[in-house]
Amino acid sequence: MKHILKILGLLVAVSAVWIGLLEASIVPSSHAWLLPVYLIVSLGCYGFLMVGVGLMFFPTCPQEAQLLHKDIAEAKEFLKKKGLDVGLD
Amino acid sequence: MEKNNKYSIIIPTYNERLNIGLLVYLIFKHLRELDFEVIIVDDGSPDGTQDMVKQLQQLYGEERILLRARPSKLGLGTAYCHGLKHASGDFVIIMDADLSHHPKYLPSFIRKQKETGANIVTGTRYVKSGGVHGWNLMRKLTSRGANVLAQTFLWPGVSDLTGSFRLYKKSVLEDVINSVVSKGYVFQMEMIVRASRKGYHIEEVPITFVDRVYGTSKLGGSEIVEYLKGLIYLLFTT
Ligand SMILES: Nc1nc2c(ncn2[C@@H]2O[C@H](COP(=O)(O)OP(=O)(O)O)[C@@H](O)[C@H]2O)c(=O)[nH]1
Ligand SMILES: [Mg+2]
Repeated sequence: MKHILKILGLLVAVSAVWIGLLEASIVPSSHAWLLPVYLIVSLGCYGFLMVGVGLMFFPTCPQEAQLLHKDIAEAKEFLKKKGLDVGLD
Repeated sequence: MEKNNKYSIIIPTYNERLNIGLLVYLIFKHLRELDFEVIIVDDGSPDGTQDMVKQLQQLYGEERILLRARPSKLGLGTAYCHGLKHASGDFVIIMDADLSHHPKYLPSFIRKQKETGANIVTGTRYVKSGGVHGWNLMRKLTSRGANVLAQTFLWPGVSDLTGSFRLYKKSVLEDVINSVVSKGYVFQMEMIVRASRKGYHIEEVPITFVDRVYGTSKLGGSEIVEYLKGLIYLLFTT
């Protein structure tokens, strides 16, 4: 099944529940009409929150950069000794 | 007795004269006694990358370092296909030449595959003990945004979709690569999403990614637009 169909299926299920709520008037209808808006807004908030949290805890590795520079120096040393041209950095 | 696996490491290069020498040294340093070959697919780099590779062949042997060049810059996706045709290993590892993918992680890819019997092991930067160095805020923001979008809409089952440091069982790579049409940035994402949809067993290992020290990046430009197009394309075709 194409992935878009799964998402559409999910949307249909959610709308079915919503229509059910409207019909059964479990919640006051003025509120029920706004539910999709709430849903979209909370989805947006979720997205921004996830990006924000991801940014705050973005894994970085400054020590890796230093280790890499050591490895580069070691590799250059070796290649130079073997007569390869590793000039110009 | 357990048969010893052979690994083919495919490295696409374009203007990586300095990097390729350093990278090959580090690969040999970290894989020592393993049975492996390095396949370099160079797209006619004007900076003398191929000269360097020939010198490396003298040093390490032509049966360990294979130069499979192409006449002109034909793009990354087809470079992997081209290298794959010449691979003789049971497993294929793909990595960048620019030292953003450090060969010290190769043993952990191989170990993970052996432990789990996975079809694919993919490097991820976005978990504990993974990480990135050298990105500015904008680059981090787009990366996080892209990731949240993909996780929300595609449910891919892996945490790092656009990374390109991966180990594949050879037959699996051959199967997946033939169904992939995207190019550039989206290529890696399509590869892993299609593999995941086909039901292949995918495992992750943490890697760190240090932005390139030498040379310039060949991707870029309208990356964000391409990414969004790729995302929609994958929604409808996978
Ligand atoms: N053969 C080949 N290699 C390429 C091409 N474009 C990029 N590469 C190589 O692919 C790898 C990743 O490219 P890079 O410019 O570092 O991309 P970035 O890390 O996403 O910025 C490097 O090893 C490049 O040399 C191409 O058109 N042909
Ligand atoms: Mg790079």
